[in-house]
Amino acid sequence: MENNYHVCTGCALLCDDIEVGSEKNKINKVFTACRIGMAHMKEGKGEAIFRVDNKSVDEATAINEAVTILRNAKKPLIFGLGASTSETQKIAIKLAKKINATLDDNSSFCLGGVVETLIKNEMKTCTLDDVRNKADVIIYWGTDPSDSHPRLLSKYSYFPRGKEKQRGWEEERTAIAVDVRKSHTAKISGNYFFQIPPKGDEEFIDAVIAGLSGKLPKTSYNYPPKKLLELANILKGAKFGVIFVGCGLIYSLESLESLSRLMKVLNEKANIHLMAMVGNYNSMGFNENLFAETGYLNSVKFENGIVKHGPEYSIVESLKAKTVDAALIVDSDPFSILPRSIVKNLQEIPVVSIDPYETLTSRHSKVYINTAISGVEAGGTATRMDRVKVSFEPVIEANRPSDEAILKKIMEAL
Amino acid sequence: MTNAMELYQMLPKTNCKKCGKASCMAFAVVLMARELKPEDCPPLVEEPKYKENYEKISNIFKPSENATETGLIVHEDLCFGCGNCVVACPPNVANDPHGVGSGNAPTNPNKLVLTVQDGIVKAQNLGECRRFGKNKILCNGCIVTCPVEAIEFV
Repeated sequence: MENNYHVCTGCALLCDDIEVGSEKNKINKVFTACRIGMAHMKEGKGEAIFRVDNKSVDEATAINEAVTILRNAKKPLIFGLGASTSETQKIAIKLAKKINATLDDNSSFCLGGVVETLIKNEMKTCTLDDVRNKADVIIYWGTDPSDSHPRLLSKYSYFPRGKEKQRGWEEERTAIAVDVRKSHTAKISGNYFFQIPPKGDEEFIDAVIAGLSGKLPKTSYNYPPKKLLELANILKGAKFGVIFVGCGLIYSLESLESLSRLMKVLNEKANIHLMAMVGNYNSMGFNENLFAETGYLNSVKFENGIVKHGPEYSIVESLKAKTVDAALIVDSDPFSILPRSIVKNLQEIPVVSIDPYETLTSRHSKVYINTAISGVEAGGTATRMDRVKVSFEPVIEANRPSDEAILKKIMEAL
Repeated sequence: MTNAMELYQMLPKTNCKKCGKASCMAFAVVLMARELKPEDCPPLVEEPKYKENYEKISNIFKPSENATETGLIVHEDLCFGCGNCVVACPPNVANDPHGVGSGNAPTNPNKLVLTVQDGIVKAQNLGECRRFGKNKILCNGCIVTCPVEAIEFV
């Protein structure tokens, strides 16, 4: 078989070993990718759609309308970009500066806190290739990669043979799942699945720390101390451990203090790394790009060259307080992912949606511009969840403009 | 899964040797290994008193619908293509250690038992499967690694 591999931009794993078969500029066969990747790669089709007030228009009209909305807005919001290329993100940051916009992405209500500690090198991290080659203890905490990042277990973490782990998962690796329900990943972990009640993570961390220091681990929900001590012993013996942290853990913790305490204690006795289970394929890239530009990861507001940062500039808080009067949504679907009480405020302001897919947001937008799918119809670069840069070329020829081209045109017109 | 003793119970138990084996128990063992078929026992087929048992044994060996030669079924509606089974399958690892054995794309697809195509696992080259042939063993590498029980052997 020809070794002509493509990168899948279906999730933050950015699998770089996907082969495709195509006919008449349409992908009809996808090899090695999971179902998410397959659906993502096969989606590329059709002509561009431009809509204003749900009526089809031409490209120039749609861009003009978008420009008018952004020009008339006093406090615009730019949101999304987790599923855009780094090039698009950089233009969006420039655009936000130019129009004094509030700029935010999903990380403000997902894994932003953990990602920040990783970008600032406050916690020990590693790459996915290190995990494959060296990891002996792998913990999935508050996350179900089997469903969200299907190939994490098979391509990087648990099942593959690595350079220093030639005998594979049966003998040399231990997979541990900590979750509130028996997820698909927990099923793989078998006896090392630790089921805790919702909001029980903080206590569980304290109990593990107690176990690590040789004390009797106690929890208010009476988790069997024997099992906790067993977990502590496995962690103590880890030569190269990695904790994959998901939203389940982050939502349950009041602050990241307990997690960093756990990491500190663990690394006194063993070698444990932390990785954030970032969802969108280039969410990490957005956080890095914005950090390089402003020193913050998300929730920023530009005001005549000054950068303001704080939770009040996140999409949730700014919509709740109605401090924005127009929104530019790029490659994201807030109508589906945010609660109704928040999103109803988004319905009251004009929304410009730039997205390769028809979404609930695109249907509720004043202006909708349908763009090329990055990674399938458009090339670029992105940052994987372990902060490795991956660049990709388009797989098929696009009939639609890329996000980058559209944002550039809007920028020029402004 | 049935065993040789259960099959023996359903055979005529007359040790007539018409099948070419020394005893009915020996026939049950080779039947279990699928080297001979139930039809190779003439009394079982011909004599009406064994009719019921013959039907029972035939049903055991009747290939299930959609099942491959080794009895492997992939429930395509459940599988989401994570590829755990592809990477864990022992013949896959042995035949392609740097490709699928290391979690990557297959470099030697002609010798692989399991590959992922269009987001669903596909079984092929069953001659390589450890459940096939004379020295078969009840390997369950692909079953225990599947998070959604999409692989089954019948």
